[in-house]
Amino acid sequence: MNEIPVTHILFVSTGLFFIGMYGLFTRRNMISMLMSVELILNSVNINFVVFNKYLYPSRLDGIFFTIFIITIAAAEAAVAIAIIINLFRSHQSIDVDTASELRF
Amino acid sequence: MVYAQYVPLIILLPLLSFVVLGFWGKKSLKPMAGMVGTTVLLVSCALACYTAYQYFTLNGAYQPVIAIQGTWLEFTPTLSIDMGILLDPASVMMLVVVTFISLMVHLYSMGYMKQEERKGIFFAYLSLFTFSMLGLVISTNIFQIYMFWELVGVSSFLLIGYYYDRPSAVAASKKAFIVTRFADLGFLIGILILGFQAGSLDFQTIIERVTNTNSEQYANLVGTHYLGISLLTWALVLIFMGGAGKSAMFPLHIWLPDAMEGPTPVSALIHAATMVVAGVYLVARLFPLYHLAEGAQNIVMLVGVTSAVFAAIIACTQTDFKRILAFSTMSQIGYMMFALGVSGYGGESGLGFSASLFHLFTHAFFKSLLFLAAGLVIHVAHTNNVFEMGGMRKYAPVAHATFLIACLAIAGIPPFAGFFSKEEILTAAMYYSSTVYVLALITSGLTAFYMFRLYFLVFWHKEASVHSHHSEGCLSQKLPLVLLAIASILAGFVPFSQYVSADNKPFHAELHLSQAIAPVAVALLGISIAFALYKKESSKSDQFARAMGSLYLGARKKFYIDELYLFVTQKVMFNLIGRPAAWIDRNIVDGMVNGMAAATAGFSSAIKGLQSGRVQQYALYFFGGILALALIFLYIWK
Repeated sequence: MNEIPVTHILFVSTGLFFIGMYGLFTRRNMISMLMSVELILNSVNINFVVFNKYLYPSRLDGIFFTIFIITIAAAEAAVAIAIIINLFRSHQSIDVDTASELRF
Repeated sequence: MVYAQYVPLIILLPLLSFVVLGFWGKKSLKPMAGMVGTTVLLVSCALACYTAYQYFTLNGAYQPVIAIQGTWLEFTPTLSIDMGILLDPASVMMLVVVTFISLMVHLYSMGYMKQEERKGIFFAYLSLFTFSMLGLVISTNIFQIYMFWELVGVSSFLLIGYYYDRPSAVAASKKAFIVTRFADLGFLIGILILGFQAGSLDFQTIIERVTNTNSEQYANLVGTHYLGISLLTWALVLIFMGGAGKSAMFPLHIWLPDAMEGPTPVSALIHAATMVVAGVYLVARLFPLYHLAEGAQNIVMLVGVTSAVFAAIIACTQTDFKRILAFSTMSQIGYMMFALGVSGYGGESGLGFSASLFHLFTHAFFKSLLFLAAGLVIHVAHTNNVFEMGGMRKYAPVAHATFLIACLAIAGIPPFAGFFSKEEILTAAMYYSSTVYVLALITSGLTAFYMFRLYFLVFWHKEASVHSHHSEGCLSQKLPLVLLAIASILAGFVPFSQYVSADNKPFHAELHLSQAIAPVAVALLGISIAFALYKKESSKSDQFARAMGSLYLGARKKFYIDELYLFVTQKVMFNLIGRPAAWIDRNIVDGMVNGMAAATAGFSSAIKGLQSGRVQQYALYFFGGILALALIFLYIWK
């Protein structure tokens, strides 16, 4: 079986990144924004894994980084959901546009 | 040496009294504030007299004695400011005069200020003044004298402004302080020039080095010229400027008449007998140097003669009791100044020096007596205007008798004190030049005239129009008058030149009867004119005034010197210097600071829209920033 060229996988990860970016900027719902951030993180994970596999197949550094990022992302999701819950309690909504008091 | 043990006490006791009265004089010690001050001064005065007795009973030349000397502030190993006590004939004489007059004034103030609310503070200030004046007198070096010089200025300021609820008193105190401070600017520069060039601030060292014509310091001071005048002359003229300010010499005299706003005992102590002669004392201290610099000595002489004549003319036309006395003081100090100006150095030729300090000595007694008596009369008559008085001899008999004695003394009628000192000054002037002699003689006549004009106007002239319920005052007010009157009679018999002379070697000043005829005759003439014009109320004095025309008017207005100063300060200095400086300050200095603040505010309001409160917008900025950095690193920085 022919190996999939590295550029194909990079196209996927770039697409994933920009989908996440698009979601982050356009969604007003904070849960959706959180999910978009997860997409961005995952696109980075893919990059790590791909470069590890294609450039240094004998080493595991990129994979370790990926595991590390997944762990961080889990913690980050916990923090983000806590923030969202607090926001909901104070504003009865999780729309980020309602929480714009910190302005000039 | 026994001096060292108790001489410091003479000076430190008044300081102690100042501290005690300053802390507790307002409340707990108030009823006995006068008592405390007077007792302390009594001890000081007794110690001073004892010191004088000890000092002058030594035989032969009176060598200067340094009782105490300590380094206070060291600049370099060779140049330091010391604090010490110097006893020489002049300073010992001044110790006695200052403590005695101060004691009399304290005694008088106990009665005079009895009703005052703030008398604790008053006595505290009097003690401060006495301390500063004594410190000035015994200074061993020129910087120490400068410090005490400023201290007497401050106490004078405080005491002139004692009635601080009167705007005129406040203005007078400010005027006195500013004018003397201005003069002290010259004094300080003079000190710096002299101290730097002579390499020392100590009086004896400076004089020793500079009078030695072979020394390096002499060569520097006399050899270096600035604007064609040697440095020595510059330094001495600038120092004399300080002295002229303090001694109210023309043209820095304008503060003295206004200073009469202070309480009368203050005028008697500070503005008649002690502080205002500090300038004379300063010139006398540095006399060997003035003798070296002929130009400086001539300036002293010229300023002295001008002030003497000028003030005497003004005094003839004034109507305020205390201001007449103030101008009289100025005239007499002018006398002392020009006596120093005409004096030679050493032996008989130093007559002017001795005569000057002799006049300082006698003048202190009769002038403070005049002021203290004036205080009593003003208290009884309730007015300062001499034309509203008259017939006061019935209401104030003690003041009348003592005032008459003082008038005779100041007019120079034998055998009162003023005769002897004035005669010596006139003799010295005669040896110097006939012009000075004639001017001095005219001043002498004018002095007799205006003093007796004052005397007749106040005590005779007309029947008293005020029926005062005030008595003449209590014993503590009359006793000083009597004591000072006795001193005014006897002080002239002191063989002064055998004690105080320019080179500290006693000599015998002959009293030439032939030379005494002219001054006495002139004085008697002055008295008779005053008698004819003012003994009875008449229109003769007005006719006389009209005959003098513009001279009378000018003198009445004090020759417009005050107006001239106002013009120079307000019109010229304010408009030409003050206003442009204010404009620069307001528009350029402030403008820079305000402009920076405005720029910051404008920039911040321009960018504050960035902080919108929308999280996604921030994320966009963040992403944009990252993108920009990525591009920079990729294409530009590489």
